[in-house]
Amino acid sequence: MEHQPPPFFRTGPTPLVRLLIFSTLSLALLVADARLKYLDTLRQVASVIIYPLQRIASAPASIVHRASEFFVTNTSLRTDNARLAQENLAHASQLQQLNALQTENDHLRKLLNARSRLTARTTIAEILYAARDPFSRRIVIDQGSQNEVQAGQPVVDGVGVVGQVTRVYPWLAEVTLITDKGHLVPVLNTRNGLRAVLSGTGNDGALELKFVPLNAEFANGDQLVTSGIDGVYPPGLPVAEVSNVERNAAFLFARIICKPLAGVNHHTQVLVVHAQQSAPERPVEEEKPFKAPPKKARRGA
Amino acid sequence: MMQALGAHEILLPVRPAFIALTLVLAALLNVVPWSGWAMWVRPDLVALVVLYWCIWQPRRIGFATAFLLGLLMDVADGALFGQHALAYSILAYAGIVLHRRVRMFTLTPQVVHVIPLLLLNDIIVLAIRGLAGADFPGYRYFIGSFVGGALWPLISVLLKLPQRPRSDPDHV
Repeated sequence: MEHQPPPFFRTGPTPLVRLLIFSTLSLALLVADARLKYLDTLRQVASVIIYPLQRIASAPASIVHRASEFFVTNTSLRTDNARLAQENLAHASQLQQLNALQTENDHLRKLLNARSRLTARTTIAEILYAARDPFSRRIVIDQGSQNEVQAGQPVVDGVGVVGQVTRVYPWLAEVTLITDKGHLVPVLNTRNGLRAVLSGTGNDGALELKFVPLNAEFANGDQLVTSGIDGVYPPGLPVAEVSNVERNAAFLFARIICKPLAGVNHHTQVLVVHAQQSAPERPVEEEKPFKAPPKKARRGA
Repeated sequence: MMQALGAHEILLPVRPAFIALTLVLAALLNVVPWSGWAMWVRPDLVALVVLYWCIWQPRRIGFATAFLLGLLMDVADGALFGQHALAYSILAYAGIVLHRRVRMFTLTPQVVHVIPLLLLNDIIVLAIRGLAGADFPGYRYFIGSFVGGALWPLISVLLKLPQRPRSDPDHV
């Protein structure tokens, strides 16, 4: 039995009353956050409070990382160097081709009077930690609104798309990975130009193509790149490779599993792309002839 | 037989600065980036320490502290605002209501009280996530609570250390 304090000690409301007050408050916060999105300022304030904690907490990991970098062996450096030199050579030849192609492309675009694509600016960001949350695939990077990172910007690594900035704090930003369950990327099959929507599964190594008809031509090994029709991801970034196609006539859609190209889980650095969207305005809907509304009948008056 | 810690001994009053320090340390350890299997066995240390102080110092630590720490954890997780706040508030309520009972027991039976409370904490977070549209992450999600329960004796001893009276050398 709960022991009631004598009335001459002022102890405030009973625990049950306090519980009701605080749970109502948190439920109100939940609803306000989930439905109304009013709480961004509050979140910013709290993030500033917890920022030093996060930096301190991720310090040991980065110290260990740096220490292990310091003790690299001679052979690994040599092999790295040889590999990089080789890659550099390969890239140099591609770059020359690219330059030629770019000038040619610019010329053609001018001829076509087309809008030339803006070259995207990028910011290098370091991954502070992967969100300690088994429910979602997110990482936190060390660039925030102070570095002009904005929500919605795509994040890539050297190989392909990693994810998308979903929430920005002053010095941090949260990136939802493409493997997150609720995350969708519109993609294009480079082999035949088929468009589809790539969805995360919540598993690290698997993505799924959604709503692809049974007879659509996808095969193992097909490369998927962003199609750019969503206006978020710039077109042409490699995203994934088809790894398994399962066609079962019992279902409406084919089940196509893909493997993400970017090392979504093991990175220390990523690039945030400040993609400037130059999409044309949406066509304005034709105004319908508008009848003047009848005078409002006041209810209850 | 082991004596119930603190139940039959006279302790020094706890310093508020020490309570604050332990809570900050717990929050710090909670935001340490874990990955892989460590993410699953990681106990919610903030919940554990809040529960400890609610049981041993219910006059000092209560709903407001639990609520604010919950909000901080929500931001650190990037989760919906208020889910940890709600879970920790309910945990604080359980701690405050049960504090006289739990204090009667030795450390081992205390663990039996603590584990269900931590599980309740997990289930509340899970339920809110579920309502927001997340999938059930599997039963290994609950491992952390059992690890937290296993840490309870250690935490009890550690957090009580500054309150132990110094042994008097003149005393025979």
